Amino acid sequence: MYRYDDFDRDYVAARTAEFREQVERRISGGLTEDEFKPLRLMNGLYLQLHAYMLRVAIPYGTLNARKLRQLAMIAERWDKGYGHFTTRQNVQFNWPRLRDVPDMLEALAEVEMHAIQTSGNCIRNVTADHFAGAAADEIEDPRPTAEIIRQWSTDHPEFTWLPRKFKVAITGSPNDRAVTKAHDIGLRMVRDDNGDPGYEVIVGGGLGRTPMLGKTVRAFLPKADLLPYLEAILQVYNLSGRRDNKYKARIKILVHETGEDEIRARIEAAFAENKARLRPLDPALVAAIEAAFAPPAFEPPIDAAPALTPALRAFIDTNVAPHRLAHYAIVTVSLKPIGGTPGDATADQMRVVADLAEQFGHDDVRVSHEQNLILPHIPRRRLPEVYARLKAAGLATANVGLISDIIACPGMDYCALATARSIPVAQEIAEAFADLDRQRDIGPLKIKISGCINACGHHHVGHIGILGLDRAGVENYQITLGGDGSETASIGERAGPGFAYDEIVPAVERLIEAYLDQRLEPGESFLAAYRRLGPAPFKAALYPAEARSDAA
Amino acid sequence: MARKFHPQMATGNDLLEGDVVYFTSAGEWSRAIGDAALAVNPEAAADLLARASAFPNQVVGVYLVEADLDDCGRAAPAHFREVFRTRGPSNYPQHGRQAERL
Repeated sequence: MYRYDDFDRDYVAARTAEFREQVERRISGGLTEDEFKPLRLMNGLYLQLHAYMLRVAIPYGTLNARKLRQLAMIAERWDKGYGHFTTRQNVQFNWPRLRDVPDMLEALAEVEMHAIQTSGNCIRNVTADHFAGAAADEIEDPRPTAEIIRQWSTDHPEFTWLPRKFKVAITGSPNDRAVTKAHDIGLRMVRDDNGDPGYEVIVGGGLGRTPMLGKTVRAFLPKADLLPYLEAILQVYNLSGRRDNKYKARIKILVHETGEDEIRARIEAAFAENKARLRPLDPALVAAIEAAFAPPAFEPPIDAAPALTPALRAFIDTNVAPHRLAHYAIVTVSLKPIGGTPGDATADQMRVVADLAEQFGHDDVRVSHEQNLILPHIPRRRLPEVYARLKAAGLATANVGLISDIIACPGMDYCALATARSIPVAQEIAEAFADLDRQRDIGPLKIKISGCINACGHHHVGHIGILGLDRAGVENYQITLGGDGSETASIGERAGPGFAYDEIVPAVERLIEAYLDQRLEPGESFLAAYRRLGPAPFKAALYPAEARSDAA
Repeated sequence: MARKFHPQMATGNDLLEGDVVYFTSAGEWSRAIGDAALAVNPEAAADLLARASAFPNQVVGVYLVEADLDDCGRAAPAHFREVFRTRGPSNYPQHGRQAERL
């Protein structure tokens, strides 16, 4: 794991002290709310429906036991005993009191964490493949690159007042688990003809009001050119991105309105200048960052296959992914118990995961954008014990990638921007399909729910997406179909008119029945069936009355 | 014809705690929605908002919401967002204002 150097430590400590003073001035009346609000947002502090909310960055989704235990301590001491892991690989505390926030930030700084740049029109927390450094399909661990980007983008003087927020995601694998095409910049590690690793650079993706997949502006960028090239993209955006209309201010609109070729030409021109102007990264610095992400001291293979009970076998089938070493496994800790809140973990649960990481998992924990935790390096021989301890803590629901492994934003249960609730819809869908045998029969299925058009719940890239809206003072849910956030990315298509709150779960059930009726064989996933059949049979299932009248 | 005026109340969030508060007819902020003052015409609503906004170091994000009278004659919000604000999150009945009723 990357450790803060003196510069990082001093910077975070100074910011924490500065914010403590700002909070004191606000409380004493020295700062007005208009003056204070941008300051608190720069430190990740939002005011939501029922309380403040502190959003803490987890760079590239990587934690260790010490950090996770500190999050547990913070949750218990200053919040209500739990944290909410988000689609941005952040963690949110939903109930802090204003006076306590400086202490919370100080506690975070103790473990080299902070809440800086988790809000505002700046470069946000860099997200990465949650299997980074462990995945069997990986070209290279993307996290050294993510850490370089974190250092470059933190408080970058030129990019603290961009037209709008800016999100970068990176994957080191051809199987895209980081939704790179739905980010302002997506980086995918690829190899050139000589076998050297570099990046495919994708620009202008994003969800929200105007969902778009990013465009590849560079098929291969050598690693050494990373920062001059990223800086070029940001310069073009900073100068030409629209500031006249908040809804058209993201880089995706600039790319769309300017055209792919013209944007590429402008980026390349800026890149040529940057390359001549900027000193290359100090190789010693790069080597030190790479060393911080070196693989752990893996244990040697031991010829002893663990005894598998049916329950453990089911868990392995869904929640365990292939590791780069055959005798290791990547374990996904489901934060989606049937009927639970997607992404929530209690302080006790965080400590269980921290203990397991420390005892068996080389002190490594990840947060996935799908709102689960990952133990990326577990020796296969340890799986029975890891499973048993996760199960005892309510963390072993064998549903990863299945219909109840739902992404849901906080929605109108917490968020001030929301137009409808998301969490109870997720809970009720999971309960309707509670039977895990039935879930396995339905197969891989991603349901993603957003409580407003900003799409924090990634509904556009859900195989089934659900968007909660306020229609004339009533919650109403629109369904999109056929979305995909992976390497075969696509934006879901709206199925038709929305559904009332009490109609949305039955609508999803009808969709699933239609899929089960129509699939060629059990191995044909919902998404594959949708791509083969198109929307018609699914729309007919969603709107049976209309289908009947069309037939009449 | 002008749209019929919907009675309104003033709400905001407490600066220190962040929780939901309502402006009362006594000219104070209260955590009990039953205490909320109702404005029944546009002039009264403007006056209510002005008076409620005079506490910038106690309550933030002050705004007016439409309200109805419940069966007992107390103010109740008309819109579902404001109904949720009177309760707390639906996934944890033990959290938020609703916890007081458990």
